[in-house]
Amino acid sequence: MTAPEQRVPRLLAMVPYFLARPGVSTAQAAADFGISEKQLIKDLDLLWVCGLPGHGPGDLIDLSYEGGTVSIIFDAGMSRPLRLTGEEALVLVVALRTLAEIPGMASSDAVQRALAKVEAAAGGAVADSTVTIELDAIQRLQPVLQRSLAERRALALRYYTAARNETTERMVDPLRMFDADGRSYLEAWCRSAEGVRVFRVDRIEDVQILDEPAAPPADLELRDLAEGVFRPAAEHLLVELELSPAYAWVADYYPVETAQEVDDHAPGRLRIGLRVSEPAWVQALALGSGGEVRVLSPGWLADAVRTDAASALAAYDGK
Amino acid sequence: MAARRAERLVNLVICLLSTRQFLSAERIRDAVPGYERADGDPKTDEAFKRMFERDKAELRDLGIPLETGRNSAFDTDEGYRIKRGEYELPEIEFDAAEATAVGLASRLWQSAQLGEAARSALLKLRAAGTEVDSDAPGAIPSLDAADPALPLLLDASRRSCVVRFDYVKAGDREPQRRTLEPWGVLSWRRRWYVAGLDRDRDEPRSFRLSRITGPVQTAGRPGAFTRPPDVDLLAMVAGAAEDARWAKVAVQGSRAGNLRRLATSERDGVLTISFTDTAWLAQRVTAAGSSARVLEPADLREAVVARLRAAAGVAR
Repeated sequence: MTAPEQRVPRLLAMVPYFLARPGVSTAQAAADFGISEKQLIKDLDLLWVCGLPGHGPGDLIDLSYEGGTVSIIFDAGMSRPLRLTGEEALVLVVALRTLAEIPGMASSDAVQRALAKVEAAAGGAVADSTVTIELDAIQRLQPVLQRSLAERRALALRYYTAARNETTERMVDPLRMFDADGRSYLEAWCRSAEGVRVFRVDRIEDVQILDEPAAPPADLELRDLAEGVFRPAAEHLLVELELSPAYAWVADYYPVETAQEVDDHAPGRLRIGLRVSEPAWVQALALGSGGEVRVLSPGWLADAVRTDAASALAAYDGK
Repeated sequence: MAARRAERLVNLVICLLSTRQFLSAERIRDAVPGYERADGDPKTDEAFKRMFERDKAELRDLGIPLETGRNSAFDTDEGYRIKRGEYELPEIEFDAAEATAVGLASRLWQSAQLGEAARSALLKLRAAGTEVDSDAPGAIPSLDAADPALPLLLDASRRSCVVRFDYVKAGDREPQRRTLEPWGVLSWRRRWYVAGLDRDRDEPRSFRLSRITGPVQTAGRPGAFTRPPDVDLLAMVAGAAEDARWAKVAVQGSRAGNLRRLATSERDGVLTISFTDTAWLAQRVTAAGSSARVLEPADLREAVVARLRAAAGVAR
């Protein structure tokens, strides 16, 4: 059953539909109209008694649906469908514009061409930017990533690594997508690192689906995500930090190895030790805190923070 | 809708499409089955009028261009016709790739009402002889269009209809009545907004749809106002908080990725970022170290310089 208010527009579209597709099966037509074959036959029976004023034998719509196919013999002037309403044109045009925003679409030219045609058919009735859709990273990227997984194709990623605070380009063979702690991740074989890497979807800056098939090593064993996405490892760098009370959350947020109050004269100040795979995020943390997070060791990392801050300051001199 | 009414409406469309002359209501009553006179009942004239009015409204709701006019100065009553050129969908053809794109696009709207509009658009394109595959595999973003106020606000924006609704401002508990000339709707950070001229405040404002309580009402006729040219909905919404400001930050190198994702736009290495909390943004700019330099505003620049001084002097 379909909602009754949809029946008249469907009836008006039906005669032109069958005129344009001589011999189409009732099954296909029912699927295209989104109704059952039984409802389609009911609609055809109704059309069959409609027609031009006079309603004599030569005035009525004439059609046949013998043997599972439909043909129109007389259309009573119903040769073309009704034009798009303002709302129909708008939702279609906005959807096409949104589609054009998705990176890695092989056929973005086709989207633009289709857009131009729909706008022309709508008679230019579509006001520019009455509807604006700003997709966020995950809305833009998830469909492309899912498609690359479904089609088993390799990807070129431009990725922001928070740990190193830098953006890199790399080729990867996607393995799976998963959500953890409210974030979406792509797990993939990274060809330059020659290892499995986990990418946060909202840190992927751009993605292209490549023509070549995905070719991760055949003997890969994906780890059990129940153990957590990230685990500190003994070979990672041990960093010692001193945190002001405002940054005490760092001790709760990251797996720290040691944590102690600095002394009784400065309540709330913490000294922590934690292992990090990439020291650059510590540098960004220390810089951004403006002295609230101090790097105690290693000395070279403390120097890096100071040097970079000094070089950033130099850029403001005389401005 | 009863089958009889559907049949009558289809016959009415065929009748009005087939005439070049305007047909009076009386002529239509004779020509279209379903309006027949029931003999001897004095109420039938009244019943016909009501029925015909309802049918005309229904056709207009379907987007059928029903024209009224007189064939000559001697006609006493107005007549009706449908101009074929205005009724029919113009010629349109898609190649295979375009048809796939249209099919994908029709799946973007998942909400009942807007999804219905997309499906009926597709139906018309198919009836025009185009092959559109709505099941084609491909990438479509997920867009939540389930806000109950969305279809009406979209329609009101499109037709320049003034709207009224109750709105709970962030931080308030009680809703306030708002009267808005809607310029458009925007999906940003997965939330829907409507932006336009707030008539009571006589200022451009934007509203989050999820903060609208109760139904949205239209007030007055379509075309009640003129949308200003070059409306930037995103700028209206992103800068909507009372104290929101814009920062310009010059970036270089690979360490500004975090800032780039905050930015509304990037031009010639300069990011434009909307912010309300200076300390919040200063922390993020400083974290990018020598990869980022604040151009404006001055208080943000000073906050960043202060943080850099602390980091340069304290960290050792």
